[in-house]
Amino acid sequence: MIGLLGELTDSLRRFLERLGAITRFFGQVLWQSPAVLLRFRLVVEQVYNTGALSLVIIMTCGLFVGMVLGLQGHDLLQRFGSEEALGTGAALSLLKELGPVVTALLFAGRAGTALASELGLMRATDQLSAMEVMAVDPMRRVVVPRFLGGVIAMPLLTAIFIAVALFGVQLVGVQLLGVDQGSFWSQMRGAVELADVNEGLIKGVTFGIACSLIAVFEGYNAEPTAEGVGRATTRTVVISAVVTLVLDYILTALML
Amino acid sequence: MRQSRAIDVSTGLFVLLGFAAILFLVTQITNREFSLRSDSYRLVAQYENIGGLKAGAPISMAGVTIGRVESIGYDMNLFKAIVTLRIDARYDAIPNDSDASIYTAGLLGGQYVGITPGNSEDAYRDGDSVEFVQDAIVLENLISKYLFSQAGKDKESAAPAAQE
Repeated sequence: MIGLLGELTDSLRRFLERLGAITRFFGQVLWQSPAVLLRFRLVVEQVYNTGALSLVIIMTCGLFVGMVLGLQGHDLLQRFGSEEALGTGAALSLLKELGPVVTALLFAGRAGTALASELGLMRATDQLSAMEVMAVDPMRRVVVPRFLGGVIAMPLLTAIFIAVALFGVQLVGVQLLGVDQGSFWSQMRGAVELADVNEGLIKGVTFGIACSLIAVFEGYNAEPTAEGVGRATTRTVVISAVVTLVLDYILTALML
Repeated sequence: MRQSRAIDVSTGLFVLLGFAAILFLVTQITNREFSLRSDSYRLVAQYENIGGLKAGAPISMAGVTIGRVESIGYDMNLFKAIVTLRIDARYDAIPNDSDASIYTAGLLGGQYVGITPGNSEDAYRDGDSVEFVQDAIVLENLISKYLFSQAGKDKESAAPAAQE
């Protein structure tokens, strides 16, 4: 009993320790960000790494998420004889929930792991220490550009995901299942407001900050062993997914 | 150098695609209109109840969309909803005794303002207020009215029914 309690307090202490460490890390990253933005070339490279290279997986997944949504939505709405509401339902669910959340999960899996393992390997092979020896600040040269690249790429990826998914909904709903094209779009336009688009983009930015921060934090603080790099990568995906879903609830509650 | 240029091109392409997607979302699937000709005039209508009317809802005449609801406010002195209607300047000959009613599109559709032309010789001008309005029909009110009228009928017919 006492052992269990001790373990519990131990893991609680570890959790608080990491939470504190990542908050301090976030502060450092933010503090360095303006200076790094002036050397924009480094950031552009990372936008390419996290954004442009994630494009294919984002678009493929977006298309299929949209197509499934079209199929499921049509089946559900058919029961009430209101297939025309498919556009509205799909657009709102994509903008508000599916778009940002699925993009963030894919982002964590595609870009987050790449960032964490890259940084972890740099740590393991003493590249980060070597930079410090050469009076190059690894935070400024390596960590912050990667963080900013992710933050810039995420909302753009979200928007692309939603647009492609809507195309998928349209493909299945209108072309395949024969929902009327006119009412599909006009009902969607009637119901979707600018605030809904903003909600999606705000979520995209927030998830981008969270996932990028977790990835660079885990990578930067990885144990300098092969095992440690692997563990950092795994933790990046797990923590990113959990944090994304928790943040999603908080943001939804705030903006509803 | 060559490789970094390739990176720039694909990054640029990615950013462009991202902004194109945002633009698509903002202009194509919301009811916001970014028309270059913003010539329009405004009318004000007061309603007791606007139901589910929202800013941005269409204003239609004989089914043709001629404008949008610009804003909705509440007047604390009149205890009425103040709806500002923005109508495209092309439709500048609407008789000034036309009425503006709130209708529902379809059974579950959104609500819109329908304008029925009157007989006046003079047309509405910017800032005019609409005199004849009809509130949104609230389904619950209709049902309760129907139920009450049925209840009244039942009382009348209760006596003869008991004799049978």
